[in-house]
Amino acid sequence: MRLEPRTETGIGLRLAAPIAAVAASFLVAALLVLIGGASPFAVFAAVIKGALGSQFAFLETLTRATPLIFTGLAAAIAFRARLWNIGGEAQLYAGAILTVMLGTGALALPAPVLFPLILAASALAGALLLLGPTILKTRFGVDEVVTTLLLNFIMVLVVSMLLDGPLKDPMGLGWPQSKKVIAEAIWPKLVQGKRLHLGFLIAILAALAVWFVNARTTFGYEMRAVGFNPRAARFAGIPVNWVMAKTALLSGGLAALAGVSEVAGLKGNLTLDLSPGFGYTGIVVAMLAALHPVGVIAAAIFVAAMFVGADAMSRTVGVPNYIANVMVATALLTMVAAMLFTRFRLRRG
Amino acid sequence: MEAIEILFTASLWAAAIRIASPLIFATLGELICERAGVLNLGIEGIMTVGAFAGWVAVYHGADLWSGIAIAALAGAAFGLLHGFMTIPLGLSQHVTGIGVTLLATSLTYYAYRLVFPEVTSPPKIEPFAPFEIPLLSQIPFFGEALFRQTPLTYLAFISVLLVAYVLYRTPIGLAVRTVGENPATVEAQGIDVTLVRMGAVAVGSAFMAIGGAFLTMSAFNSFYFDMVNGRGWICIALVVFGSWRPGKALLGAILFAAFDAYQLRLQQLAGAYVPYQVFLMLPYVLSILALIVMSRRAGYPRALMLAYRKGER
Amino acid sequence: MHAESSSSATHGPGEVVLRLAGITKRFGPLLANDAISLDLHRGEVLALLGENGAGKTTLMNILFGHYVADAGEISVFGQVLPPGSPKAALAQGIGMVHQHFTLADNLTVLDNVMLGTEPLWRAASRRAEGRKKLAELSESFGLAVKPDARVADLSVGERQRVEILKALYRDARILILDEPTAVLTPQETEALFATLQKLVARGLAIIFISHKLHEVMAVSRRVIVLRQGKLVAERVTSTTDRHELAELMVGRPIPEPKVEPMPRGAAVLQLTGVGVDDPKSGRRLLQDASLTLHGGEIVGIAGVSGNGQSTLADLVSGMVKPGRGKVALFGEEIHFFDPAIMVEYGIARIPEDRHVQGLVGDLSLEENLISARYRAAPFSKRGLIDWKSVRDFANRVIADYDVRCSGPQATTRLLSGGNMQKLILGREMAEAPRVILANQPSRGLDIGAVAYVHRRLLEARAAGAGILLISEDLDELLALADRVVVMHRGRVSLPLTRGHIAIRELGLMMAGHGFAEEGGSHAA
Repeated sequence: MRLEPRTETGIGLRLAAPIAAVAASFLVAALLVLIGGASPFAVFAAVIKGALGSQFAFLETLTRATPLIFTGLAAAIAFRARLWNIGGEAQLYAGAILTVMLGTGALALPAPVLFPLILAASALAGALLLLGPTILKTRFGVDEVVTTLLLNFIMVLVVSMLLDGPLKDPMGLGWPQSKKVIAEAIWPKLVQGKRLHLGFLIAILAALAVWFVNARTTFGYEMRAVGFNPRAARFAGIPVNWVMAKTALLSGGLAALAGVSEVAGLKGNLTLDLSPGFGYTGIVVAMLAALHPVGVIAAAIFVAAMFVGADAMSRTVGVPNYIANVMVATALLTMVAAMLFTRFRLRRG
Repeated sequence: MEAIEILFTASLWAAAIRIASPLIFATLGELICERAGVLNLGIEGIMTVGAFAGWVAVYHGADLWSGIAIAALAGAAFGLLHGFMTIPLGLSQHVTGIGVTLLATSLTYYAYRLVFPEVTSPPKIEPFAPFEIPLLSQIPFFGEALFRQTPLTYLAFISVLLVAYVLYRTPIGLAVRTVGENPATVEAQGIDVTLVRMGAVAVGSAFMAIGGAFLTMSAFNSFYFDMVNGRGWICIALVVFGSWRPGKALLGAILFAAFDAYQLRLQQLAGAYVPYQVFLMLPYVLSILALIVMSRRAGYPRALMLAYRKGER
Repeated sequence: MHAESSSSATHGPGEVVLRLAGITKRFGPLLANDAISLDLHRGEVLALLGENGAGKTTLMNILFGHYVADAGEISVFGQVLPPGSPKAALAQGIGMVHQHFTLADNLTVLDNVMLGTEPLWRAASRRAEGRKKLAELSESFGLAVKPDARVADLSVGERQRVEILKALYRDARILILDEPTAVLTPQETEALFATLQKLVARGLAIIFISHKLHEVMAVSRRVIVLRQGKLVAERVTSTTDRHELAELMVGRPIPEPKVEPMPRGAAVLQLTGVGVDDPKSGRRLLQDASLTLHGGEIVGIAGVSGNGQSTLADLVSGMVKPGRGKVALFGEEIHFFDPAIMVEYGIARIPEDRHVQGLVGDLSLEENLISARYRAAPFSKRGLIDWKSVRDFANRVIADYDVRCSGPQATTRLLSGGNMQKLILGREMAEAPRVILANQPSRGLDIGAVAYVHRRLLEARAAGAGILLISEDLDELLALADRVVVMHRGRVSLPLTRGHIAIRELGLMMAGHGFAEEGGSHAA
């Protein structure tokens, strides 16, 4: 058996990959649910109801999807350039920290000034955080996977330290949480009385912007060339290291925006449990979208639906909500394998 | 200076050896995989699986060594998954590894919640007890530091010798090393590249899982979420730091663990002045530094991370 | 290389040791081998002749078990050979010296030789025995090697000896050599041929793959000619000649490229005393290299690969900068080296490796065509790419250079080698460059594509461009170059002018004679 390159890949085949991934994740979940002694039908019904079964559920899903769009975009951009940014968690927290540093009263500025300032500063923090490992990679050949991963652990400890210290909310009864974000910096809700906030729109805009950059700009072209074959890119005169640096800045900045969005849009302050792994989940979102920026939106909503639905299901049917994590991981692996078969076919001998 | 005095206590080094043990197993495991040309980023998840599988088996009545065997098998199974995707299919080793870690970890947590739906305090088992080696354990300083450890620690040290021997003195070891340097060489000598690589990844993953099992069956006695806490990633740095050689990897693990043991004790001394989080950060920072220092490495397997498609010439 | 009658030509053929019957192999739509049948006799050297892409390597890969044939059968010493298993081929006495050596650089000679010769489950490797056997073979066949040397430290000729010993260690009775002389100096080639005679005198049978006619004439007893996957002829070497073989190989008379004498223009590229050191090891890759290239001429760079040609190419491509010496373009000294800067100066670069350096395989044809010029008009403005002008340019190039493809948006890696090279030519020559660096431009191409490349280079020369042609193929250099320099250990020799070049002298220079230790020689 060997793999032979396909001469062309129809759109049907390309869509088959994410569909196969989703199907596989449902199959594995069904198996696990059976082992757990519950009925797969009951579980899936509860999941779908919990994610999409009411206006409340649907809006909750979109709210949950918002940070995933940001971290998904961050991963997609980086992975396209073969920059393995696994540090989405750290960059998200960097953005959250900056938001709280600037937005809880330290700066008394009107909203039209404070809003973009916080956005820019937070994005910059995330960008710089990824720039470090990227330079280590381009200059010293240090694998960025491990460095970005280790930074995740370090950042969580930094957040903990800051919340015990300078960022601690004096009115917080001793809990490690920050002060609340002031009104001028809060991101307004999109729907009265629900949790969906401006972050969702900004995320969509960001996805469209990334799509435009990829398809139409010289920078997008450079990222593609460098990602596919850095040696040929260098030979052609493309400034590979500089392109990688810009990619890192963009990717880190987007992941940081997830942190801003969660703090200024949803929670209102910074706590230790701000991110239940949005950075890692963003990687799955990016792969399910085959690294396509607009696909990230769909993939993020799907994954968010899984998590929101599983939470609701777990309260009613009782199957552990970790089933969503299993489904998401299965979808990732299946997607990666399926993408191979859009490029190659199996041949005898 | 009490801070310096601590360095010379046997108890520090005994702690260091104990802390190093899971690292030794996992680093050996990753070393075997990478020598064969496969980067196994599933290490964090596989250690988690090993920690849970061995422990839960003992909780349900198995003896400790059977538990270790079960952990090893579980690790090998996930290793084979990673191997299947990266070797015959040739998929990205980075993404597959992350996927395996996510899958292994989430399956573990799901299984834990299934077995223990509502627990307020984590259930316990009877872990490996320290075994004092007669005579040797009476030696001043070294006796306490080295020879009053649990049997699993002794196994870790024996494993280093075993892996070094197999790699450098046996035909299978030569095949493993060569397949990570130039798979075409191996194929041209009539050996199946896929089998050798899959075998290496399975064996390596088994070692990783035993490293995880050490945490729940020797160092502590129950399973917590986030127990592995980044040790897998640290071991990846240790493989680089040890230049892919078992002996140097052992030294690296002990050095690192000594540092970790030291910072734990420093916390007690200086905890009033320096936030405890700074001490907890130090192992991760040290790992990054180790990677940078060893970046000009000459010893890396040439075919690491390159997929080999048979017949593609 | 004069045709010597090989000693086995005086003996009759021995028994049939290998028989291929009806071997057919397809790769997708491509029919690589079409029902090929041949016999190999004990004690003979059988040459497998054909141009690049004719199917010779595919056939031998099937024999050795790397591929499985779609149809046909192979029998070795009368026994059927199980397909698809190098292990089976090795067990039945077939050894292969691949075109790209299958040696692990970081391991020792002994490691490489012993790999796979012991059962994998043996508890301890018997190295002392292995060392002894290797020494005996080495002595017996006159192939000197150091068992504990790291392969990375060996020369190309030494590595080839290790490859041959690998096969002999496994008691090979049939030895396949795939284009073994591509990387050797003329003297090393003669030494190889002498070794082959020794092997054959001991009863081995050898299959020698080549596309070089003079070698086939020199060393083989019989020749089999493959063309486009079919076996088109079988000849006893002593009863045929180069012209007949050339015609059989190509199927039509081959026109020799006509090189008109051209007046030499002004100096376009000048290297004076250039030195480049390897940043990791400090080794001198280029030493005191001096060379002048003028408009309207082709300067050929001969030499065994690994003697600094790649560094010279990297220098002119802008990939490395000199540690010592001066480089001048169009009379002006350049201080900053970067591929983008070289592109700005109008230097066309045809890289050695199409896949690795020349093209980004996963991008489309049109995307590859703008890889050096995407930043400026007409292809982009203010950071936005104008895909329409890119498309127009791509269509022009595809038509002009006859690139066979399904359109400018086709994925580049699906192109054949020849079409990829034409694409690269189209990209590089689009702006009528005044300096062209052509690094192994015809490597791996069939005769038609090679002729095309030569035609385009000569056209550029006629239009006044200066061309630096680096090639392992001495025939190509002698046919095209106005002047030839030889590189050895990073030094550049004095140029030899067309009409005053003897192969023997070139061969000696390639091996290092004529290079003063102190200071290089200066170009005229």
